[in-house]
Parts: sequence; structure tokens; C-alpha cells
Amino acid sequence: MADVFHALDDETRRIILDELSARDGQTLFEICSVLAMRHQRGLTRQAISQHLAVLESAHLVVTERRGRSKFHYFNPGPLAEITGRWPTEKRTE
Amino acid sequence: MKIALTSLFVDDQRAALAFYTDVLGFTKGHDIPLGEDFWLTVRSPESPDSPEILLEPSSHPAVKPYRDALIEDGIPLAQFAVEDLQSEYDRLTAKGVVFTQAPTDIGTAMMAVFDDTCGNLIQLVEMKQV
Repeated sequence: MADVFHALDDETRRIILDELSARDGQTLFEICSVLAMRHQRGLTRQAISQHLAVLESAHLVVTERRGRSKFHYFNPGPLAEITGRWPTEKRTE
Repeated sequence: MKIALTSLFVDDQRAALAFYTDVLGFTKGHDIPLGEDFWLTVRSPESPDSPEILLEPSSHPAVKPYRDALIEDGIPLAQFAVEDLQSEYDRLTAKGVVFTQAPTDIGTAMMAVFDDTCGNLIQLVEMKQV
């Protein structure tokens, strides 16, 4: 769970998750274009690759090959672990 | 100095000619036999003065690793301009063209990326009116 908090502790990585949750299955090229043009985040492709690697190691992003390209998907599973441990509604007992 | 020609490596020149003419709608420029291959170009009927594209054989050993790495990351090797991206997307998907990136709003433009079936990704761009 520590990996998840570390992965979320960065605005660029949060924007990447926003974009993937809005449209799942993006190539590195699409993620770079959207970050640069829609969010004015002019990062190098290498820097964005590193952000994606952090998200992948926290299992917040998973990749899948389709044809000859690699696509990135948002995986909300680890976030469910957080709300499972600390429910968003207070327990009434 | 003018830009006259730019090249794309294609796996099969005849298949590439069919895709770039029948599917995309370009017209054949030159088609000159050159040993086992051809000096083969296409141009856009919408912009006769713009550079032609040379559909060059991909047989050189450097081509495969270069293209494999770019395609894995979804990086296109050429960019074509269209008036209406959504209608081009609909027209091409109806013909079986596979897009790695559906039309995307990037602020100043709409863009999409498709597989040209010859080993390249191609970007389509529609500039927004300002």
C-alpha cells in the first residue's frame, strides 16, 4: 500500500490517472501528447515513461500489447484496498 | 530549397500502394522498376504541390528495430492533415483500418493515429479554427 501512496503523491501521475480513467488504453505517445497539449506539462518522453513505471509498480496502471503497440490501462484495484481499509462512510456499530 | 519528397518504409510495396491509394485516397506518382524494387511515390490529389511520399522497401536490417521501438510506444512516422477528423476516422474504420488512438482533443487540434498495415503508424490531424 505504501507504493500506492508514493505513486499518487505527484501531480503529473495523478493527471495520467485522470486521463486514463477518462479514456482507458492509451499508448505512450497519446499520454505524452495529452500531457503536453492539454495540460501544458512539457515533460520528456523518458520522464513520462518513468512516471508510468512508478504507476505500474504500484499496480495502478497495467499494460497490454495489442498488435505491435503497448497500451496503458487504469487499474483502480489498489484504491479499493484503501477505501476497504478506511471506508469512506463511517462504520455504525 | 524545397521539400520534394519524404519516405516511409513499407513491408510490401504493392500492398502499400494499394493501401495508400485505394484506402487513403492518394494517387500514384512514380512507379519505376529499380532492380527487384520500385521507385514508388504517392501524392495527395488535394495538395498537388506538397511533397510526395516515397514508399521505400523496408528490407534494410536497421528498419525493423527502429520501427518496432516506435510502434511499441505508439509514435507515428508521418502526419497527414484532414478537414474533418471524425468523418475520416469513421470512413477509415469502416474500411477496416485499425486506430491505435481514436480522435483525441489536444486543445489546438484533434488528432488520431492509425496503423497503415505496412509497418507504420500514421497521425491524422485536424487543426481547429481559431
